[in-house]
Amino acid sequence: MMRSATALALRSPLSFLALLAVIFGLLPLLVSSYQTSVANEILIFALLAMSIDVLAGYAGRTSLGHGAIFGISTYVVIYWTTLMGGSPWVGCILGIAAATLTAAVFALLAVRVSGVYFLLLTLALGMIVWGVCLRWTSVTGGENGIRGAGRPDVIADPIAFYYMTLATVLFFTLVIWRFVHSPFGLTLRGIRDSESRMRSLGYGTATHMFLAFTITGLFAGVAGALYALFNDFVSPSTVQLAQSVEGLLMAIIGGVGTLFGSFIGAAAIILLENFVSQYTARWPMVLGLMFICTMIFAPQGVLGALRKLMGWKQ
Amino acid sequence: MSEPALVLNKIVVAFGALKAVDDISLTVKGGERRAVIGPNGAGKTTLFNAITGVRPPTSGRITFEGKEVTGKPAQIRARMGMSRTFQITNLFPTMTVDENMQLALRGTGRGKFSMLGSIRLTSEEHDRVSSALQMSRLGERGAVAVNELSYGEQRQLEMAMALVSNPRLLLLDEPAAGLSPAERHMVADIIRSLPHDLTMVLIEHDMELVLNLVDKVTCLNNGQMLAEGSPEDISNNQLVQDVYLGKARADA
Repeated sequence: MMRSATALALRSPLSFLALLAVIFGLLPLLVSSYQTSVANEILIFALLAMSIDVLAGYAGRTSLGHGAIFGISTYVVIYWTTLMGGSPWVGCILGIAAATLTAAVFALLAVRVSGVYFLLLTLALGMIVWGVCLRWTSVTGGENGIRGAGRPDVIADPIAFYYMTLATVLFFTLVIWRFVHSPFGLTLRGIRDSESRMRSLGYGTATHMFLAFTITGLFAGVAGALYALFNDFVSPSTVQLAQSVEGLLMAIIGGVGTLFGSFIGAAAIILLENFVSQYTARWPMVLGLMFICTMIFAPQGVLGALRKLMGWKQ
Repeated sequence: MSEPALVLNKIVVAFGALKAVDDISLTVKGGERRAVIGPNGAGKTTLFNAITGVRPPTSGRITFEGKEVTGKPAQIRARMGMSRTFQITNLFPTMTVDENMQLALRGTGRGKFSMLGSIRLTSEEHDRVSSALQMSRLGERGAVAVNELSYGEQRQLEMAMALVSNPRLLLLDEPAAGLSPAERHMVADIIRSLPHDLTMVLIEHDMELVLNLVDKVTCLNNGQMLAEGSPEDISNNQLVQDVYLGKARADA
């Protein structure tokens, strides 16, 4: 009974979203404000991980550039509110637009390659963003970064902001779920399986990959804008390679191609970061160990392994 | 049919110094069934790749239904009504038969860009899918994953996917490759039962299989045109027999 209830929750998006809404919705009532802010971070990074999972799990392209796309949105939001004195809401829109535009530029270069070349190209593009943020001191503040101007009054309260994040992330989870299960989403899986067959069926595969990459950039940009409001500070570490790698690891640990696994992966890594680091500065070692164990015991990720174990269909 | 369906004019496909296809010209009339035969390495698949746009020819012109398509990419030719199968099975292995058919069906239409729509087929689309599956004798296998199909069934799915977009030119690249005699027989039956207004070019290694399926045969050897004619002419042609059976060398 319990089993079938969980099975249903993970197969149908609405019941899964309801499950998430209940768990994350009740959390602030049960835990401390510090722990609520950790949950808030988990939600933001789950969205970043999902944006990576759309490409990795459905189109078969592993991106190491989405951390930079995410961070560009964060930079734009904070620059707009702090240095231009603009409205944070407009800032969010500008941040998401900048991330989407950056993704479109990345996409133009990356659509014609796949496999390890795609990985390396997106890695290089992400490094360029990081280099620019580090060196263009007059705009980005260089290594010192930029401090934000605080959140608008409505969401100044951490609990109010937490619920806004929850609503936004749940909304985009639904959108992404629809996206990968749409006719367009099916074409991405087709490109992953056989690009030559797709072309001979009449698909312009480069166009499809361009659109997919750009749209996932929008999703990463939404996460980046939320992160700007959450963190109220941005520096080159927000756009660095580690950010992309972390997003990818979250998707992998949760289960590539499962979408909802991103929540599990984000929770695992951020909890580790926040709680293990209280005991040892060597927490990345624990992260490495966790990653190795995932690869050995559940190469399809936590949710992928659960699916296999229970015999659920995708 | 006033206009020929497919015209190849002096097609050359070169890989460096090697001319895999060397100065081939041929004309396929609308509704004609043409076989391209020849031993391994004769250039059959390379010629096919030039026709379908996988690898554009080094020189020469290709005209499809009166429009030049020489430099057009594969997806544009597919949308113009060319459809092909692959010699080495080229399906979407992680998906079900239905999903494969869906991708095949929507490639030439506009629905493929729908990002928030449902993947459920309309009843008209559903009818087209089931009729293509019927034609290929795969009627009841829609929900099965492709990697669980037998090899023979995968070859049938290749055919069904090529048929579902209602092409006007069907290019079959060794549809019976690797099949048992009984399965080859079924493939021949499937081809025979296809609509007669459909123009077809069929590559085959095995002469026996094609001779009673087609109107006209082109025989290639070493990238060059060896002979062209009716199935009877070709099967009685001394040059073709030499190529297929091996010619006694003078010093032997």
